Amino acid sequence: MTVSLPDRRGRYGEFGGRFAPETLMPALLELESVFEEAWGDEAFVGEYHRILADFVGRPTPIYEASNLSKELGVRLLLKREDLNHTGAHKINNTIGHGLLAKRMGKPRIIAETGAGQHGVASATAAALLGLECEVFMGVKDIERQALNVYRMELLGTRVVPVSSGAGTLKDAVSEAMRSWVSTVNTTHYMIGSVVGPHPFPLIVREFQKVIGEELLSQMGEERPDVVVACVGGGSNAMGVFYPLIDSGIELIGVEAGGLGTETLAHGASLSLGRPGVLHGSMTYMLQDEEGQVREAHSISAGLDYPGVGPEHAYFKDKGLVRYETATDAEALDAFAWLSRKEGIIPALESAHALAWIRREAASLAGKTVVLNLSGRGDKDVQQVAALGV
Amino acid sequence: MFSRWPHLGFNGLKEAFASARAEGRAVFMPFLTAGLPSIETSVDRFVAMAAAGADAFEVGIPYADPLMDGPTIQKASELARERGMTMSLGIDLVRSVASETDKPVIVMTYVNPVLSMGIDHFMGSVATAGAAGVIIADLPFEESAPFSAAAAGHDIGLALFVAPTTPEQRVREIAASNPAFIYGVAEMGVTGERADAGHHIDALIRLVRSISQVPIVLGVGISTPDQAAEAAKLADGVIVGSAIVRIVLEQPDDLEALTTTVSSLAAAVHG
Repeated sequence: MTVSLPDRRGRYGEFGGRFAPETLMPALLELESVFEEAWGDEAFVGEYHRILADFVGRPTPIYEASNLSKELGVRLLLKREDLNHTGAHKINNTIGHGLLAKRMGKPRIIAETGAGQHGVASATAAALLGLECEVFMGVKDIERQALNVYRMELLGTRVVPVSSGAGTLKDAVSEAMRSWVSTVNTTHYMIGSVVGPHPFPLIVREFQKVIGEELLSQMGEERPDVVVACVGGGSNAMGVFYPLIDSGIELIGVEAGGLGTETLAHGASLSLGRPGVLHGSMTYMLQDEEGQVREAHSISAGLDYPGVGPEHAYFKDKGLVRYETATDAEALDAFAWLSRKEGIIPALESAHALAWIRREAASLAGKTVVLNLSGRGDKDVQQVAALGV
Repeated sequence: MFSRWPHLGFNGLKEAFASARAEGRAVFMPFLTAGLPSIETSVDRFVAMAAAGADAFEVGIPYADPLMDGPTIQKASELARERGMTMSLGIDLVRSVASETDKPVIVMTYVNPVLSMGIDHFMGSVATAGAAGVIIADLPFEESAPFSAAAAGHDIGLALFVAPTTPEQRVREIAASNPAFIYGVAEMGVTGERADAGHHIDALIRLVRSISQVPIVLGVGISTPDQAAEAAKLADGVIVGSAIVRIVLEQPDDLEALTTTVSSLAAAVHG
C-alpha cells in the first residue's frame, strides 16, 4: 500500500475508529502499543511463525482442482486453509492473540464465535498456551454447530450461550464485549475477525496476512488473474487480499446473499448496507432508516453478521476489491459439488465463494482463479444433512 | 425560547448542579427507557418521579445493540422497540417530560442512531425539544469532537465518561476538554444492579475535583439507597437506571411502587 493504514486514529479513510465504552479505552490503547512493539520484535514474530509451522501445519498447500477446472473452463486453484489444524484459517489469528495475551500478562481470554471455528481455534490456542478461555456463542449457532460446541468443551473452554437478539454472531460479539467491560484488567478479548474497535481490525489483518504472503511466494513468478474469498466479518478475505491489494490481481469478496438480495434475509453488509457504527467501528452495516441494527441471515453461521471489517469498507469505496453475493441455495449446491467432484467438503462459508465462481464461469473462462478455501465443512455436515441435501 | 420553563436546557442543568453544590447535596437523576411501560404512559412515570424527588432525568432512546447495558436495560430496550418506540417518538417524549416536569432532561443513546439522523440534526432536534444534554454510551473522548461541536452549536451539553480503568493523564485530558459533565462509571461492567457498591472511582473523582469545576455524575451499578448515598458523598449527581427500569418492567401499572423507590433513593442522594 502506498499509504499505510490505519492512521493513528485507527481510521481507514472514513471507516474504522474506536467507538468503545470508556471502560475499554485504556485496554485498547494498551493493546495498540503492545501489538506494535510485539510485531516489531523478532522473537515474538519468530515464535508466532514457529507455532504456525509446527502446530498449525503451515504453509497450507495450493491445490489445483482439475475436475472442477475441466467442468468450468477455468483454471481453479484452492488455497487450502481448510488443512490448518482445527480446520480453518481462524487459528492463524488465535495463536497471535494468545501470544499477545501472555505478553500482557493476562491469564484469561474471551472470544465470540459464529460457526464455532473461531471458538475452537481460541480454545485450542488457550489449551496450547495455558490460558483460561470462555467463548460466547449465540443459542441458534449452538444448535446448528453442536459438534464445535463439544470440541470447545473437550479443549477445556467454557461455552457461554447468548440468547439476546437473534442468538447469532452479532449477539455473541456484543456479549463478549459486555463481559470484557467487567473483566478487562485480567482478560484479553481474542476477537475473531477484522472487526471491532481499533486496533482489532489491524491486529487480525496482520495475523491473517500470512495467507496472501504464502500464496504469492508459492506461485513464484506466476500470478493468478482473480482471487476470490467469502466475506462475513472478512478475516480470511483480508488475509488473502491485503498482500495483493496493489498487485493488479482482480479481488472478489463474496457476501451471504441468504434468501436473496431482494429480500431482507441476507448478510450482504457491503453490497446492501450503509455506513454506520457497529461493534466499535465505522463500517458498512445492515440497519434500518433510524440506524437500528438489522438482523442478518445466512445459512452459514460465519457469514450471518450485519457488519463487516472497516478496511473492507475502505476497499469497496476505493474500488480495490469488488464485493458480490451468493445465496444460501447456491452455496449449498457448491458445497455438494466440491465434495462430490474433488473429495473436499468445504465450510459453508467458503462454499459461497465457490458458488460465485461457478455462476461466473463464462466470464472467467481461461483465467487462473484462486479460491481461498477458508475452512473445511465437517462442522456443517449435520446441518446440511438435516436440510436433506 | 423556554421562558415558560426557566429550568430547561443546558442552563437548567448547570443551575441544578450549582444549587446542589451550594446546598452541599447531590442531584438525583433517575433513568428510564423511553416507551415504558407504554408509549402513551411513559411521560406519567417521569412526572411521578419528579413528584417523588427526582431533580433531573435520563431518558433512554432504545437501541438494538446496547453494548453498555446489562440484561435489565437490554430487555427494556427490546420491549420499548416492540411497542413502537422510535427516535422521533423518543424526542417527543423528551419534549413532554421537559415541559411537564420543568426539570433538566438528558437524552441517553448510542452512536449509530445519532449518525443515522445526522449529528447536527440530532443535537438540534433534542435541543429544540428542551433537552439539557446528551449521553452517548459508546462514544469515547477520541471520537467525541464532532458530537461536542454540534451539541455546543445548539447550546446543549455532551457528557464524557471516566471509568475506574481511566489512567490519570487521560482523566486530566477529559476534564480539560470541559464537557457538560463527567459521567463517572462507578463499577467495572455494564449497567445493572450489584450487591455491593465498590469505590474504585473515588481517587479519580478527587482528581477531577482538584483540576476542574466540571460536575461529576456517578452511574452504573448503583441501585440501593445505601449505594446512592455513598455515591452522593463523592459526586455532584447520581444516576440510578436498572433498579428503576426493573420496577417499571415488573410492575408496569404500579405507580406507587415506582414513587416509593424513587422517594427513598432521592432522600438518600439528598442526604
